[in-house]
Amino acid sequence: MAFQDNLVKIISDPNLSPKQKSNYLALAAEASLPYLPISKEINQAKEAGIICDMFEGHAPFKPRYVLPDYAKYLQQGSQYLELTQATNLDEALNALTIIYHHVPSVTSIPVYLGQLDDILMPYTDGVDAESIYRKLKLFWIMLDRTLPDAFMHVNIGPSDNIICRTILRIDAELKQIAPNLTFMYDPDITPDDLLQIATSNICECSKPHIANYPIHAKAYDGQGFGIVSCYNSLPLAGGANTLVRLNLKEVALKALNVEDFFANTLPHYCQLTYELIETRAKFLHEESNFFNSFLVKEGLIEESRFAPMFGIYGMAEAVNILQNNPELTENDLEKPSKHYGHNQTANQLGHRISKALDTIVKSTPVTYGYHGRALLHSQGGISIDKDVTPGVRIPYGTEPNPIAHIQALAEHHQYYTSGISDILTIDETVKYNSQAMFQLCKGALSLGFREFTANVASNDLVRVTGYMIKLSDIATFKQQGSRTNTTGLGAEAAEVTGILNRKPRVAAQELSPNYAE
Amino acid sequence: MQNKLATVSQILPFSCVDGPGSRLVIFLQGCNYNCKNCHNPHTINWCDHCGDCISTCPTQALTLVTTKGISRINWDSDLCTQCDICLSVCPKQSSPKTRQYGIDSLVTLIHHQRHFINGITVSGGEASLQLPFIIELFKAIKSTEALSHLTCMIDTNGSLSISGWHKLLPVLDGAMIDLKAWQEETHRYITGRDHHRVFQSLELLSQHAKLYEVRLLHIPNISDFDSEIEAVATYLKQLPNSVRIKLNAFQHHGVTGEARQWGTCSEAQMLELAARLTERGVTNLVLPNVYL
Ligand code: SF4
Ligand code: SF4
Repeated sequence: MAFQDNLVKIISDPNLSPKQKSNYLALAAEASLPYLPISKEINQAKEAGIICDMFEGHAPFKPRYVLPDYAKYLQQGSQYLELTQATNLDEALNALTIIYHHVPSVTSIPVYLGQLDDILMPYTDGVDAESIYRKLKLFWIMLDRTLPDAFMHVNIGPSDNIICRTILRIDAELKQIAPNLTFMYDPDITPDDLLQIATSNICECSKPHIANYPIHAKAYDGQGFGIVSCYNSLPLAGGANTLVRLNLKEVALKALNVEDFFANTLPHYCQLTYELIETRAKFLHEESNFFNSFLVKEGLIEESRFAPMFGIYGMAEAVNILQNNPELTENDLEKPSKHYGHNQTANQLGHRISKALDTIVKSTPVTYGYHGRALLHSQGGISIDKDVTPGVRIPYGTEPNPIAHIQALAEHHQYYTSGISDILTIDETVKYNSQAMFQLCKGALSLGFREFTANVASNDLVRVTGYMIKLSDIATFKQQGSRTNTTGLGAEAAEVTGILNRKPRVAAQELSPNYAE
Repeated sequence: MQNKLATVSQILPFSCVDGPGSRLVIFLQGCNYNCKNCHNPHTINWCDHCGDCISTCPTQALTLVTTKGISRINWDSDLCTQCDICLSVCPKQSSPKTRQYGIDSLVTLIHHQRHFINGITVSGGEASLQLPFIIELFKAIKSTEALSHLTCMIDTNGSLSISGWHKLLPVLDGAMIDLKAWQEETHRYITGRDHHRVFQSLELLSQHAKLYEVRLLHIPNISDFDSEIEAVATYLKQLPNSVRIKLNAFQHHGVTGEARQWGTCSEAQMLELAARLTERGVTNLVLPNVYL
C-alpha cells in the first residue's frame, strides 16, 4: 500500500507538472524493484550513509551523464532521426534542438549541450553578426523554456570567436538560470579582454564558470572532454556510467586515529565503494541494453569512453574529526582557528587525504572505465545532506576571505580529474569592480584551480567604503525601526536573476533526486 | 633603512572598494582629524599603554608587558573574541588591537597574495601620518620584481603638505582623497581642522595625474555639498576627466557621539545630489552600492 500511496501523492501533487510527475513515477517504479545484488557489508554501509549511490535507481538503465559528439552529428546527420547533415546555421541549431530531446541522463534532461562555439563556427560563414545574435538568442530562450534544468551545461572557449562572444552577450542580457555555462580559459589562447567579458558576466549573473582548459585537456586524450552538470569534467563521446560517493566524515568517525584512517578505514570503504560501482556499471553495460542506442550505432558515443565517477564529500568534517577539533562556532570566525580551511596543518591533512584517494583511484581497475579506471570527483552535495559539507569545500558560512579560500583549497584540485568546484563567496562590492573578479579568477587558475565559480549575492559581509557590515545584523537593526532606507539585497538579487518566480519551472533535479513533498 | 615600523590596525587581503581592481588594504593607526562622523573612532589615536582596557577584557587577551622599564600593552589575537569592549572603554579613542609591521614582513605578506591583487592601498586612520614608512614600503614593492606590477595607492584626508606629497609622488600611482565639506566653517565643524591643504593636495595630484578619486560624504543638513551645489559642481568640473567623483552616503555604522543624532543619507537623497551634479555637467560620478 505504501508504494501505491506514494504514487498517488506524486500524481496529485499540486506543484509538479505532468512531465515532472512522470519522472518521479518512473523513479518510484524503478525503486520498487529489488536492489541489484550487493553484499551485506555494502548494504550496511549504504544504510549507514557512508556510501551513497545518489538515488540513481535500483536498476540503472541509462548512464548518469552522456556527452555526445555533437560536431560529428551535425557533419553526418542521423539515420535514426532522419536528418541529413547540417549545411547552415539554422539547420545546425534545429538539429541540435532535436537531438537534445534524445540524450538521456540521470535527470532525463541532457546535462551536456556541447562545446557550442566549436560546433557552430563551421556554419557561420557569410552570416552577419546581427543574424547570429538573433538566432542564438532565440535558441537560448528555447533552451531555458523547454529544458529547464540548471544542470544542463553549455561549453565555450578557450578560443576567441563570434559564437563565444555572442553567447556571453546573450547570457548576460537574459540572465536565465538555464542553460548553465562554462567558459574554458587557456592563458596561451584566450585574450585577456575575452576573459574580462566572462568575469564581468559573473558579476552580473554568477555565470559563466571558468574552467582551467590546459589542466582539463591534459587529463583526457585528443578526442576531448566536456564540462557538464555540476562542473563534472568527462570524456567527450562518452560520459559517466555511474556516480557513487563516499562520505569522508563517516569514514573518519570509524577511524581510531589518523594512522588508522589512512592504513585501514579509508582503503576499506574505498574497496566497498568500488564493489558498488562495479555492480551498477555491470548492470548498465551488460543488462540494460542502453548501449544499443542510436547514439552508439551512429558513433556519437562510445561505450569505452564511459567511466564511473568516484565521488567524495565531507572532507572538512573528516579533517576536523581526525584532528579532534571542536565544532566551529560563529564567534570563532574572525580569529585563527585549528579548523579545515583556516589552519595550515588541517589543510595539509586534507591534501594528504585527496592524494591518498588519487592513488587508490588511479591504481584500482574497473571493468567499465576510462582506460580501465574510475575518475575521482569532489561531489557537490544534494539536498538531503545535513551537517556534511560538499566535496572538499570549506563549510558554508565559515569561509575565509576569497584569497585565503583559494590558497587553502588549490592543492586539492590536481587530484579531481572528473571535477571539483569550490564556490567562492565574494561580497556585493565586486559587482561594481569586475577587474577585481578578473584578477581573482586569474589568480585562482594560476594556482591550479580546475574551475572558478563565484557566488556574489549571498555573502553576509559587505565592505562599504570606510567600514564593513554584516547584512544579517543590519536586517535585525532595521526591523527594530531605524530611519535608514532599505534595499533588500536578497530581494534585489532575486529580482535581477528572477530566481524566485522561476523556481517552480526551472528545476535543479540533480540536487533533489528523489520525490519529497 | 629597512627597519622602520608602522602601527597597523588591520590588513584586508581582498577589497573591491579601495581603488581600481582587487587590492590589499593596510589600515594604519592614527589620524590628525577628529571627524564627528568617524566610522572607526578607535583608529584616531595611538595607544599610550595606560592599561585601562586590560581588566575589561573578558578573555584575558590583553596584558601589560614591561621590558627595560617600558610598559607596553600586548594583545593576544588567539584569545581575542573581537567583542570590542576594550575599544569602548579606551579613553583615548585608540585600540590595543594593533600590530607593528616592518617593511620586510609586509612585503612578504604582499608577495603571498600577488597573483590575486592589482595593487595595494594604504588607508587609515590617516595613512600619510606615517609617510616615511609608506615611501619605504612603496619603494620596496616597486623594486621587487615579482611585485613591480602592483599599483601603490593611498587613501587620505588630503592634509599632507606639498613637500610631503613631493616625496611620495615618485612611488605613488594614485590617491583617493576625502573632501569632507565645501565651506571652511563646515569643514571645521565636521573635522576640527581647516581644509586649505585638502584643496592644495587635490590640485597638486591633478597636475601630476595621480588623483584617482575624490570622495564626498553627503550628510543631509550637515555637509554643504547640496547648499553649495553651484560652486561644488564648478570645482569638480575643472578636475581632470579621469577623476572618479565618489559620493558616499552618511550612515551610523560605528559612529559615536553627537553625529549619532544626525540623519543618515537615504538612497533618494543621494540620487538627488547626484542628479543635481549631473545637471550641472559633472561626469564620472560613482554612487554607493548599498545604503546600509
Ligand atoms: S588601548 Fe586605550 S585603554 Fe588600552 S592601553 Fe591603549 S590607550 Fe589605554
Ligand atoms: S576585543 Fe578582544 S582584546 Fe578587546 S576586550 Fe574583546 S576580547 Fe579583549
